[in-house]
Amino acid sequence: MTQFKMHLLVCGGTGCRASESEQLFQSLKKEIIEKGLENEVQVITTGCFGFCEKGPIVKVMPDNTFYTQVKPEDAIEIIAEHVIKGRKVTRLLYINPETEQAVSDSKHMGFYRKQLRIALRNCGFIDPENIEEYISRDGYAALAKCLTEMTPAQVIEEMKKSGLRGRGGGGFPTGLKWEITSKSQADQKYVVCNADEGDPGAFMDRSILEGDPHSVIEAMAICGYCIGATKGIVYIRAEYPLAVERLKIAMKQAVEFGLLGKDIFGTGFEFEIDIRYGAGAFVCGEETALIHSMEGLRGEPTIKPPFPSVSGYLEKPTNVNNVETFGNVPVIINKGADWFASIGSEKSKGTKVFALAGKINNVGLIEVPMGTTLRDIIFEIGGGIKDGKKFKAVQTGGPSGGCLTEKHLDIQIDFDSLTAAGSMMGSGGMIVLDEDDCMVSIAKFYLDFTVEESCGKCAPCRIGNKRLNEMLEKICEGKGTMKDLDLLRNLSHVIKDTSLCGLGQTSPNPVLSTMDNFYDEYLAHIVDHKCPSGQCKALLQYVIEAENCVGCTACARNCPVNAIAGERKGVHVIDQATCIKCGACLEKCKFNAVFIK
Amino acid sequence: MSKITSLADLRNIKANVEAKMSLRERSESPESMVQIRVAMATCGIASGAKIVMDYMINELDKRNIPAVVTQTGCMGYCYAEPTIEVTRPGHQPLVFGYVDAKKADQIIGKYIMNGELLDGIIPVNYENIEGK
Ligand SMILES: Cc1cc2nc3c(=O)[nH]c(=O)nc-3n(C[C@H](O)[C@H](O)[C@H](O)COP(=O)(O)O)c2cc1C
Ligand code: SF4
Ligand code: SF4
Ligand code: SF4
Ligand code: FES
Ligand code: FES
Repeated sequence: MTQFKMHLLVCGGTGCRASESEQLFQSLKKEIIEKGLENEVQVITTGCFGFCEKGPIVKVMPDNTFYTQVKPEDAIEIIAEHVIKGRKVTRLLYINPETEQAVSDSKHMGFYRKQLRIALRNCGFIDPENIEEYISRDGYAALAKCLTEMTPAQVIEEMKKSGLRGRGGGGFPTGLKWEITSKSQADQKYVVCNADEGDPGAFMDRSILEGDPHSVIEAMAICGYCIGATKGIVYIRAEYPLAVERLKIAMKQAVEFGLLGKDIFGTGFEFEIDIRYGAGAFVCGEETALIHSMEGLRGEPTIKPPFPSVSGYLEKPTNVNNVETFGNVPVIINKGADWFASIGSEKSKGTKVFALAGKINNVGLIEVPMGTTLRDIIFEIGGGIKDGKKFKAVQTGGPSGGCLTEKHLDIQIDFDSLTAAGSMMGSGGMIVLDEDDCMVSIAKFYLDFTVEESCGKCAPCRIGNKRLNEMLEKICEGKGTMKDLDLLRNLSHVIKDTSLCGLGQTSPNPVLSTMDNFYDEYLAHIVDHKCPSGQCKALLQYVIEAENCVGCTACARNCPVNAIAGERKGVHVIDQATCIKCGACLEKCKFNAVFIK
Repeated sequence: MSKITSLADLRNIKANVEAKMSLRERSESPESMVQIRVAMATCGIASGAKIVMDYMINELDKRNIPAVVTQTGCMGYCYAEPTIEVTRPGHQPLVFGYVDAKKADQIIGKYIMNGELLDGIIPVNYENIEGK
């Protein structure tokens, strides 16, 4: 058989595909054939490397060279220089934002050094459309072990011992959930994989399904074996076409290989999987709403209990788990609960995948052991704040979470420490904010989202969030009063206490946590009518500094509403009542005379 | 494709693909195994570096020695090409010059497997981008 000397891994994730990674793959292939290297160099499409912002990514093995922003035209140079002559193409290497030097390989990138990849173990490593590559990474060995060597109760015991908690946001112990579902009596039970992922900016579940779909399939079958279900359903957003395609291919291969279907591993166990498409509503990620949506009803939550484990899809016991939760399962079985439990913090075991976004140098998908500090995540892995600005806060847990500040940088993050600090783990969104971000506006941004996504079934969430949003808007316009602050806090607590589902119960968190951590900023808006970070347009004033103004008239000529008066060569003045704050004058003035106050 | 009906079937498939995947697996932790870099610049190729590289890959594989063989650009010893740099886990890299199949065989048998030194070691004083 041919021994390839080199593997070129080309990212085929959604992010990189959007910047022509497919064409890049084709050009690399073409070049390799042209140079007669097809028996020496193999080109493979993989899932996401987590470094999407700098995509398309090409990783060269065995030297771990990490090329970023590679264009299809670059294929010629990569083959001629790196593959044939062994000289790395320096201009395509990752540049360390601090030292501004090219980094030769992924082992030397701060982004990867502190990561530990369990759920993402195969993303960016195997070809997700090739079941054999998954098998070579111990794929389906866990299923085989469970079916042939362990009883369902033993598998559940192992899961409980591992300490794995649900990655969909709630952090419920997975083994315990499986046990409860296994004990519910019924003629039919279901395993549901929640791939709805509606949190803005989150894409961990998408990346796992795109980069390693078999791990989810295998875990669902293991879960089916444990709880006594023969049917699995993946509920996935219709907006994830590539994940759907990869999942379908993987399911087809699993059926062909006899790993789904009847009599798996000759044990008589049978399991099949179906796909259902989500309509793209955030609330449909909530498990009861998700189940109703699968039943063809409106995607509205209902009161728990009954929990899905007792009465779920078609009123049958249903075990709902998140994609990332499932992604951890095969490794736990293969390497053992003790191994998994040795990673992470006391009450949160294993790792967590986060989507790092916002004002940070290395935007992307990362996986770190539970208990890693925010400082390590933001400043080591994330490479620090963009453009040398000052760190202000980080929002975790998306619209259900809160913001953490400088003083929280050294807490070791896990489910419980984040809650104690007034935020949430949520599904793993992490948005980094810098000195230019206005915290009142951030709270409003999330409230806008909640108001949009509330299903409207219960009054506190439907009406209460709308009122919160209106008050925030008032404050952003400088029309807020101190009474509004009290009202905001009181109403927030009422909404939290009386809403029916998790959406409403957590929706005031961004308001409460910004009020707790940045009270001064609220005060500045209300008392001084100022937005300290200059984001709230209504509170900005464009003014001309008389000393610097030479009277060139450039600003006045460019003002769309003629708000600027002044003689040629005389000092100009902006009429605040007319000014619409478009910023044109600031841009046009060559003498630094226009300021924002 | 015939169906997998037992654990043995699964292991068979795994064993078949493993050879193909081993290059990637090993690259995950190169520091834990023998690393060999073959100078493959123009002068290296002209003097037979490619043959040496193929020989090393096949021999190491035959003798079941986990190793990562990579190519690199000109190491600056054109006079002594083909040159290869060998790093045993936990040891300083050594550079060997005038390597042909016979020499490669000695390097594997003596230095890589047993840590014995042999002639042809070039004193090193270079630095390149990979060292960073
Ligand atoms: C408003 C809302 C949205 C949710 N969205 C998701 C989601 O997109 N994906 C997900 O896995 N869980 C989501 N959940 C959590 C699910 O209800 C459920 O707890 C989870 O799927 C259980 O799986 P786990 O135990 O593996 O985390 C959401 C919950 C709420 C209240
Ligand atoms: S809390 Fe909001 S999303 Fe949840 S059921 Fe009530 S209205 Fe719907
Ligand atoms: S553009 Fe600047 S310098 Fe010119 S008139 Fe306006 S403020 Fe004065
Ligand atoms: S900000 Fe726009 S509207 Fe206001 S003075 Fe300047 S140019 Fe005119
Ligand atoms: S999609 Fe390519 S790195 Fe994420
Ligand atoms: S509209 Fe129904 S509670 Fe007001």
